[in-house]
Amino acid sequence: MRGIGNNWKSAALMMAPLLLFLGLCYAIPFFGVARWSVTLPEPGLGQYAVLVSDPLVQSVFMRTFRICIAVTVVSVAAAYAISVVWVRGTPSQRIFVEFCILIPFWISVLTRAFGWVALLSNRGLINTWLQAIGVISQPLALVRNEFGVIVGMSHFLIPFAVFPIASAIRSLDERVLLAARGMGASRTRIFWTVFLPMTRAGIVGAALIVFVFALGFFVTPAILGGGRSVMIAELIYLRIFQSPDWGLGAAISVVLVVAVGALMAVVMRFVNPRRMV
Amino acid sequence: MISYRPGPVSLLLALLVAAFLLLPLFAVVPVSFTPGRMLAMPTGQWSLRHYQTLINDPRWLESILLSLRIGIVTSLLSTVLAVTFGLAIWMFQPRFTALLVGFVILPMIVPPVVSAITLYFLLTTLSGLVPAIGYDTWLGVALAHTVMAVPFAAVMILVALSQVDRNIDLAARGLGASVWERATRVILPNIRFGVVTAALLSFILSWEEIGVTLFVTSVNAITLPRLMWMGLRDNIDPAVAALSVILILITLAVLILRAVVQYRRAPSDR
Repeated sequence: MRGIGNNWKSAALMMAPLLLFLGLCYAIPFFGVARWSVTLPEPGLGQYAVLVSDPLVQSVFMRTFRICIAVTVVSVAAAYAISVVWVRGTPSQRIFVEFCILIPFWISVLTRAFGWVALLSNRGLINTWLQAIGVISQPLALVRNEFGVIVGMSHFLIPFAVFPIASAIRSLDERVLLAARGMGASRTRIFWTVFLPMTRAGIVGAALIVFVFALGFFVTPAILGGGRSVMIAELIYLRIFQSPDWGLGAAISVVLVVAVGALMAVVMRFVNPRRMV
Repeated sequence: MISYRPGPVSLLLALLVAAFLLLPLFAVVPVSFTPGRMLAMPTGQWSLRHYQTLINDPRWLESILLSLRIGIVTSLLSTVLAVTFGLAIWMFQPRFTALLVGFVILPMIVPPVVSAITLYFLLTTLSGLVPAIGYDTWLGVALAHTVMAVPFAAVMILVALSQVDRNIDLAARGLGASVWERATRVILPNIRFGVVTAALLSFILSWEEIGVTLFVTSVNAITLPRLMWMGLRDNIDPAVAALSVILILITLAVLILRAVVQYRRAPSDR
């Protein structure tokens, strides 16, 4: 039953504040940004031409792509390992794992990035200890490079990958596993030929979510990349605030939105959002 | 009942991932008790000077107060907007519900950096019209944070509403209750837990927000994350470690409290 009938006035009145708010403060300003991309410094598609020709922009795009792929692989694999125990472990194992997933999830991205700096920097815990026990004589370059960025971003994104994977594992029919065991398959074989293939949808969903999130990452790469491993989001920031070139920053933003929009359309095909939680 | 449990290899791998997840959180603890002025590793000497810095240096206290103020305004605004919208969606089930909700959750899906540049555009434009809520003002930051937090609040409210039994609203309607009475005396009391969660979540999102804040502030509205960022980017300030330890402890306390409350509410679930 559609109750809207003669109540449409109440409905409109109640929805108006939020819709107007987001329309005025979000949708319209976005078109303002899109306009920057074709009007600054001069009208035309010049900034988009720069995007496809400028070697610096190209190298940032390539690096972003490379880092996002690496982060996706690491996060999904790690999330899978922990999800298996979160869903199928004994009650005490499950509580422990849940704790490990939820705590980083609720802690600020800055605190976590700082934790990695404390661990990975030249005078950080890892290098200090390794030098103290004599494994290495020079500190390893673990941060201010792509390695540090990948570690920090994966750490941030693992919890997001856990939810779709855990939901796929949860919906797996246990009798299939028991049947495989009953017929004498080893644990390894069960995992590779039964368990993993049956949770494919969760893996694809998690990978797409992680990849989309990683594309627009700003804080973690800026801190752990130390200004050297610049990714797309940081490039936008630099173009707006350091070498004022608003048009280029705006053009990159528009491209990013289009890319994410296209990827989200793919996500929706693979993952039913209602089954995510 | 689960009878196919993870084997030793699975357990070992999960343990490694768990260690990876917790490692950076533990790493800040020893650093926060070092005596030096620069970021350094513990050498056996301990001190509380970085904790003292947090208390003595007025910048930290000022930014904490600013973040609290912005967080409270953000939380109130987002919750009110989300509740009115959510109630309308639930009570009237408008034809374009999917489209409307999709529009409302846009800031949640769009890459944060794009939202940031969009809000930068908004606030620099507003600066010319209403300087009080423009670029680098605390009200401007609260406005920007509300745009970012309101989708999460709306989702929370919609989830809470989806648990409400429609029959109680039908009964109220049958007895002649007006829209206002249905909303405030029948539906709202049933989703009060969801409303509180939405308010709390909006507050936390604002309290931790850094991506957008970097774009819309420069020297006046220095929120706590903004100050942490400055202490991380230029020259790493170990006071950030002390602050991180305090924030981690608060988070832990809240999570444990929440678990206890949940356990009390539904002891039969476990």
